[in-house]
Amino acid sequence: MSGGEALLFWVLGPTCVLGALGLLFARKAVHAAMAMALVMVGLGIFYIAQYAEFVGIIQIFVYSGAVMMLFLFVIMTVGTESSISPIETISGQRVWGWILSLLLGGLAVYGLGKVAFPEPVGLGAAQAEGSVTALAREIFSRQVFSFEVLGSLLVIAVMGAMVLAHRERLVPRATQRELAADRVRRNTFVAGKPAPGIYARHNASDVPALLPDGTPAEVSVPRTLVARGQTVPVPYRGVDPAGTPPDAEAADTAPTGTGAGEQA
Amino acid sequence: MTITAYIYLATLLFAIGALVVLLRRNTIIVFMGVELMLNACNLALITFSRMHGNLDGQVYALFVMVVAAAEVVVGLAIIMSIYRARRSASVDDANLLKL
Repeated sequence: MSGGEALLFWVLGPTCVLGALGLLFARKAVHAAMAMALVMVGLGIFYIAQYAEFVGIIQIFVYSGAVMMLFLFVIMTVGTESSISPIETISGQRVWGWILSLLLGGLAVYGLGKVAFPEPVGLGAAQAEGSVTALAREIFSRQVFSFEVLGSLLVIAVMGAMVLAHRERLVPRATQRELAADRVRRNTFVAGKPAPGIYARHNASDVPALLPDGTPAEVSVPRTLVARGQTVPVPYRGVDPAGTPPDAEAADTAPTGTGAGEQA
Repeated sequence: MTITAYIYLATLLFAIGALVVLLRRNTIIVFMGVELMLNACNLALITFSRMHGNLDGQVYALFVMVVAAAEVVVGLAIIMSIYRARRSASVDDANLLKL
């Protein structure tokens, strides 16, 4: 390992470990995914530094590009608000997890310390005609059967994902006419839900509409904004043209971002 | 300093990945821990390839990547379908098979 490579290792190695620890300690799944992307880019650079240029570039393209993108997409769909209860279902899981993982790491390091590694040969002779050509010769001559099996594995995985992600519609989708008839039958929001910002000072979608008595109508704000806690805090100023401050009752009924329960 | 440092780094990352799998409750983060373990193995394979002057390690690392990509696709589809049925991404809520 040359001096430059050692420097790279000591800069990038701790960064990778920090990213992995970020995966362990991050509260939000999005932050964990970004930490994971950092680790993957770091590992890709390590591969390139170790003369495995093709594998390194594929690592950055496939992992930090495609796979992490897929993870972020699922986090976006599943929602970042899905809170996990901190109550342990298995007693002592946290303690035993730490103990077992530290044992695993310690045992592996102890075992590695006992191994007499040979003097590194280097890849100069193995990929004399270039990294990609040498790898292609290896894959398409000796490993060609594994390569074909992997191709069929990918096709099967795609089909499995399609089957799993497909949702059969059990009942036909309600039409607009049926929805309107249902509203009239239940006598709720017969004229539709109030739009946000009506009679309020702003007409942005995060400002609740005001009812005739001046109280904000929480139902008018999109529930996504309520779940994120991104609604504008009421009371508003200047609701009353006479200039009287809004009463305390309006402040009590303010939407405070606790609408996550009605998300389902 | 020899290139065995890479192997120690891979061991550390693997242990952290195992810790993530054991401790975290969010299914997606648990899945990322599995990915971290696979990546740590890839780093060790690449290092062994360089150590022995043999391209087998690189080929295996590529194959591991392909298998991991297939695994991610199917695993995330399963997470999505469980989320649709249960409205939860916690590993504790997926107890459909429990008596």
